[in-house]
Amino acid sequence: MRRLALIAALLGLSALARAVDPTQLPDPALQARYVALTHELRCMQCQNEAIADSPVDLAADLRNQVREQLLAGRSDQQIRDWMAARYGEFILFRPRYSLRNAWLWGAPLVLLVVGALVCARILRARQALVAADPGPLEDDAGR
Amino acid sequence: MNRFALPLGLFLLLAVVLFVGIRHSPDKGIIVSPLLNKPAPEFALPALDAPERIVRPQDLRGRWYLLNVWGTWCVACREEHEMLLRVRAAGVVPLVGIDWKDDDQQAQAWLRQLGNPYEVVAVDHSGRTAIDWGVYAAPETFLVSPQGIVVYKCTGELTEEIWNKEILPRVRPAAVTSG
Repeated sequence: MRRLALIAALLGLSALARAVDPTQLPDPALQARYVALTHELRCMQCQNEAIADSPVDLAADLRNQVREQLLAGRSDQQIRDWMAARYGEFILFRPRYSLRNAWLWGAPLVLLVVGALVCARILRARQALVAADPGPLEDDAGR
Repeated sequence: MNRFALPLGLFLLLAVVLFVGIRHSPDKGIIVSPLLNKPAPEFALPALDAPERIVRPQDLRGRWYLLNVWGTWCVACREEHEMLLRVRAAGVVPLVGIDWKDDDQQAQAWLRQLGNPYEVVAVDHSGRTAIDWGVYAAPETFLVSPQGIVVYKCTGELTEEIWNKEILPRVRPAAVTSG
């Protein structure tokens, strides 16, 4: 019973969270794209929030742009590019792939390969030691 | 000794990379505008003192101007105002204001009380023009060349230092080198 009450209370809170942006688009598919897009665009004023969650004016204006452009039939990528053309790559929570940031994506892979090679070398050296080992060590308690 | 060469080398490489990264990263919170070295975004907005007059960037072509985005709700704009008045008095480059999401009457009262540094103020009620210019935190100031290209952007207050270091040398290169 108590758990039910807790769940109900939490659901009530989530309704509060939605109050920042009450927008409802007529088409559920469009609404889903709207929710996804507004969650991956950064609010430039409060820089760690998405425009979906931010109560500031500018975020509302940007949400409005997303809504209007979706209704006008523009694609998600067109809307992202439109935003980035004005506010820069920084507005995208998921940066675009480009030559400039390719090393960021590539570096972990390169490091993984280097690490694997180093591990392999160490393991091989140890194996050689084991092979060369004549037997268990003498008990050196008697020394 | 040789077994330390590789880790030490890697460490030094990492240190150099991080050092360069720190030295070259812009001030925290300041975002480089994608507008730099691009044509000034178009707009057609009514003038604050005469709504029937429409202000357009193409009408400002052929000379340098500073586009300053402000609002009476913006605290830093009040602090910046003194500097804007000095810019006007210097007479080197005209100021064009964009009054961003503001009340016209309050804006007019502000200019009457504090003095009007602007050649013209355009009113952006919807905030759409501010978005086209990538504005996110007033005050913001853009320096636009006679060819209509945005050559510099200052996010936050325009200061004496920025004026001397960034704006004056671009607008009047000769005056700076001789003086």
